[in-house]
Amino acid sequence: MEALIETLYAIPLLGLAFQLVGYLVAVVPSISPIILQAATPIAFAALCGVICERSGVVNIGIEGVMLTAAFVGWYAGVLVVPMFGPGEPGVLGITPALLVAFAAALASGLVVSALHAWLSISVKADQIISGTIINIAAFGITGYLNTLIASGSPNGAGAFTQLSPPRELRDLPVIGWLIDMFLSQGPITLSLVVVVVVFQLLLFRSRWGLRTRAVGEHPRAAETVGIDVIRVRYRNVILGGLLAAMGGAFLSLEGTNSFQAGMTAGRGFIGLAAMIVGRWSPLGAFGAALLFSSTQAIGQSIGFFPPTGQLGEILGALPGQAYDAIPYFVTIVVLAGVVGRSIPPAAVGQPYEREAVS
Amino acid sequence: MNDIAGRGIALVRRVWSLVALPLISILLGLLVGAVVILVSQVIQPTKPFDPTLPITGYIGLFRGAFGTFEGQVDTLVFATPLVLGGLSVALAFKAGLFNIGAHGQFLVGALASVAIGVTFNTSPAIVAIPMALGAGMLAGAAWGFIPGFLKAVSGAHEVVTTIMLNYIALTVVAAMVSGPLDQPGSPSPITDDVGTAALPIIIGRSGHLGILIAGVVVLLVAWLLYRTTRGFEIRTVGANPDAARYAGMRPRYILVLTMSLAGLLAGMSGATVVLGVTHLMTASFGSTVGFDSIAVALLGRSNPFGVVFAALLFGAMRAGAPQLQLQAGIPTEIVDVLQATILLFLVASPYIRRALRLRGVKEPVAETDTISKTYGSETVG
Amino acid sequence: MTAEVTPGAPAGPEEHVQAPALEMRGITKRYPRVVANDGIDLTVRPGEIHALLGENGAGKSTLMNILYGLARPDEGEILLDGQRVEIAGPADAIARGINMVHQHFMLVPVLTVAENILLGEETMANPVFLDRAEARRRIVELGKRFGFEVDPDAKVGSLSVGWQQRVEILKALYRDARILVLDEPTAVLTPQETDEIFSVLRRLADAGHSIVFISHKLYEVLEIADRITVIRRGKVVGERTPAETSEDDLAELMVGREVQLTVDRGESHPADVVLRVEGLEVKDDRGNKAVSGVDLEVRAGEILGVAGVAGNGQDELVEAIVGLRRPVGGRITLGERDVTGHSPRDLHQAGVGYVPADRHRFGLVLSFPCSDNLVLTDYYQAPYARFGMRDDGAIRAAAERRIAEYDCRTPSADARASILSGGNQQKLVVAREFSRHLRLLVLDQPTRGLDVGSIEFIHHQAIARRDAGVAILLVSAELDEVLELSDRIAVMYRGRIVALRDGRTADKNEIGLLMATGGEDRAADTAGGAA
Repeated sequence: MEALIETLYAIPLLGLAFQLVGYLVAVVPSISPIILQAATPIAFAALCGVICERSGVVNIGIEGVMLTAAFVGWYAGVLVVPMFGPGEPGVLGITPALLVAFAAALASGLVVSALHAWLSISVKADQIISGTIINIAAFGITGYLNTLIASGSPNGAGAFTQLSPPRELRDLPVIGWLIDMFLSQGPITLSLVVVVVVFQLLLFRSRWGLRTRAVGEHPRAAETVGIDVIRVRYRNVILGGLLAAMGGAFLSLEGTNSFQAGMTAGRGFIGLAAMIVGRWSPLGAFGAALLFSSTQAIGQSIGFFPPTGQLGEILGALPGQAYDAIPYFVTIVVLAGVVGRSIPPAAVGQPYEREAVS
Repeated sequence: MNDIAGRGIALVRRVWSLVALPLISILLGLLVGAVVILVSQVIQPTKPFDPTLPITGYIGLFRGAFGTFEGQVDTLVFATPLVLGGLSVALAFKAGLFNIGAHGQFLVGALASVAIGVTFNTSPAIVAIPMALGAGMLAGAAWGFIPGFLKAVSGAHEVVTTIMLNYIALTVVAAMVSGPLDQPGSPSPITDDVGTAALPIIIGRSGHLGILIAGVVVLLVAWLLYRTTRGFEIRTVGANPDAARYAGMRPRYILVLTMSLAGLLAGMSGATVVLGVTHLMTASFGSTVGFDSIAVALLGRSNPFGVVFAALLFGAMRAGAPQLQLQAGIPTEIVDVLQATILLFLVASPYIRRALRLRGVKEPVAETDTISKTYGSETVG
Repeated sequence: MTAEVTPGAPAGPEEHVQAPALEMRGITKRYPRVVANDGIDLTVRPGEIHALLGENGAGKSTLMNILYGLARPDEGEILLDGQRVEIAGPADAIARGINMVHQHFMLVPVLTVAENILLGEETMANPVFLDRAEARRRIVELGKRFGFEVDPDAKVGSLSVGWQQRVEILKALYRDARILVLDEPTAVLTPQETDEIFSVLRRLADAGHSIVFISHKLYEVLEIADRITVIRRGKVVGERTPAETSEDDLAELMVGREVQLTVDRGESHPADVVLRVEGLEVKDDRGNKAVSGVDLEVRAGEILGVAGVAGNGQDELVEAIVGLRRPVGGRITLGERDVTGHSPRDLHQAGVGYVPADRHRFGLVLSFPCSDNLVLTDYYQAPYARFGMRDDGAIRAAAERRIAEYDCRTPSADARASILSGGNQQKLVVAREFSRHLRLLVLDQPTRGLDVGSIEFIHHQAIARRDAGVAILLVSAELDEVLELSDRIAVMYRGRIVALRDGRTADKNEIGLLMATGGEDRAADTAGGAA
């Protein structure tokens, strides 16, 4: 066996591919929890995209919603920690202050997405412009407030902590690493998996899902059978805001315990790409988010534990920044490869005019 | 006599119909900005509450931007990259494309200008400047070509691809400045000075040649859009790609061309900053020009001359911001807040128009229909 | 039988057996520039098929939108079974047993038949999830009862137009519709499909449903209706029963003057072949073969009409001929020149004009002034441009000339095309396409959705071009238009030309049968092939 692998690795060029596969097989199980963590904000962004676009509203502003939620969550923590005291962390690191911070993050997501809903549904502004403005506004306002506040370098409410399943489960052969991946996680990541499954079932089996899909495909038809298109869209965009806010809260309340200006770093947009690659289905979007995050995690892993041998030499010669660019690069390539074959909801991006108003 | 008066009134009406909503948005934006300044005193309770702080701040902002001759020159200097960046976004809007990638194109443009500028930093200026400027334009054009090409070939919408390219541009700048372009022996990554490739100062202490160049480019872009058949093609593709195809135009070619031209303008914007102002780059070289450009294009109604006014406004804000911080103790980032709120009101202006019953006033954001239409689908023809 | 409630009689609460199922009294609806409905009265009895006849723009749709709760009347009232009601919106209308089958079907193509029928009236297994099994069962049962069984799990987008319409009717029946409004239900059907739908409607009426049948086709109305209400310019101008009226009488009521029901197409003098299409194969957007082996010829000075049910490859055929779609096989020759796969611009220069079915898509740039639209295909060449620079003076002069010549009503040549009426927009397209040097004109549904005046104008213009020696290819889903104008008729079915007939002697029923089945022999062939 060893000899066979040695021989495969020695093949010129092709050998490099084998070495990479060998490295991945060795490394992926051990970094799998990190992959899921990295996927969490992207997946929540993608789910937000799915819920909005399935009902016909483009939401480019996901990035801004996440950034706002990340900031508000952190800053709410700063404000309430003096009131509640640091508290004794319960299971998953939950403290009252942290819960208030999380609730504040969700509320801010709700407000910002309601703004997008109003601009794109009622004002009938161009939805892409509206989303972009929300991003610029979120970036500017959080940056300004952060400068104001950060001068005092205050402490937030801390962060949720990971569950740790029993050692024996994690060491199980074959499935052990999957248990590690899905259970060694904080509450927001744990809830992601539940949300994906529930959302998938609701979208294709429930009344809400049927109406949502109809409104995104043919709003006029939905209206003629008595469905309030405007209301369905408002509700979905606002619900989507909650999902994106979960992703934002993850960044400042679970992934880290603080806020940095612009910390979403394009995850909202990568989420949109994941939504397209996942063909507007929750499960697909989640899968695509995992794909994007695994490239990121593997890139980081190469930085920390470089592979040995020829492959390691080549990768070692690349500048460190190359690994930072990997997720963005992969997003472009996958998007360009897949988008023509992935058909969006027919009415996406078009403001709905009630019939016979004119 | 009557005729002249009539024409005057007609002209005033026409101007009013164009500027009413942007003006109202600016006023409302400043109002909300004042509220933000008041509220943020509560967040930072180290100083006594000052209800006049917004006024002190705005006066500082205005003085900083227009109070002195050097301030006025600074406003021009800050407006220069915004004019070019705003033209970049506006031109793309005309073709139904949303160039959120102006930021990345700006960065690679700046990087290429520095790289070439440093290489030729002892050559005669007549050689070095065109080389460095040209390199920035070409690099920007290349960075714009990529999303244009991807959209034409695969339908990948530029909104996502250009954002990704912005982040990639950031890493490219960091890698180059801390790698091949790093000044040997410097404590932190920094490039050499561009030397003779620097744009000469033509006015005041800081007013460089770029101001003049930007002015000429405005005229060129306006000429291209409204006087040439190529400009007609760009506008037709933006307004109705299917009709353009039937009319014998080639929408895919036009969109690649427009995206490349937009990139060229944004790259030129980056070049004027490094060659005219900073003369070198650090690894953390960043700028708000890319996103300010979107604001400029929207506020300027995607019209080349409207872009000039909008760029002057935001340039003035950037130029006056340090004075505002000095006199009122408000972080310069307040300018980002002002800009964002102005934009929010601008996007909400259909509502404002209805609420204020403004008749015969034109929507500020009109030429963007095709952007949403081509979103996520392969409909460029 | 004739115990009709006269307008103006008190809306007594006493309920007779004879109370009309629906009564609309004095309905008036004003819009900023027009009065769409001006005191309209309409009475529909239980079990009656009541036709509402009027031109495009006469106010039929407004009236029905009011009935369906999509618009509020400024004056007037609606009574159901003698009771005054306010209809708040579509949901309210449906709850009161009023259902509408729209001209453009209100079906979601990517959803299944069952999902479309359920939508808005969901059968639930529990408060959250749908009971899909029960819904399926009810749909199959309903279909059986009225004689059309449809697979509840089929995607609606994969059904033929005729079947989609049945799904629409099922949708209404699933909601226990008592009053069924059908808006131009036969516009997209073949005569045979029309007959089938008529028998379905008759069965529904016999079962006690009331049906409002909106149309502008006189002979259909005479065939199906129990009573006919004619409206013109927002007013009721007459009420008739089929027994007491005729096509000519109805036409005069509808248009307000004596109209020539058919265009005088005159003699044609076909000369040399201008367009020759051989073995043409074209794919649609999804990559399926939409045109498979079409051969046809159009001669100078003749109109060749292509009849067919929408979606049988006509769009792809036309787009290939005008250069908008690259064929995957076969040859297109113009005169002696092979122009297969040539660009639209090459074809303009070779003298091909095109009036597209969707003028908002291919015909016009709505946000541009009329002048730019009038030179949309010639903008790049003299006199409109030199060395890549536009000559605005020349463009304006040409535009003003064409606007005058084609009687296009616009405030000025600088006005945006979007502010013009549909008929005037179409005249812009016609003016541009007809006024260059022409050898071949491709007319794709050139009069869809236009008023009678514009239709007459465009038909006369087309015949004038034919008489001037232009070869004309006319494609229309409106069989009547094809029959009226064509010198020869080709029938297109599933991407093939299945028959060629002389335009003056063609039998409407035969053509209809060919459109629906592709002809007996071929139907047998394809059935054999499919098995």
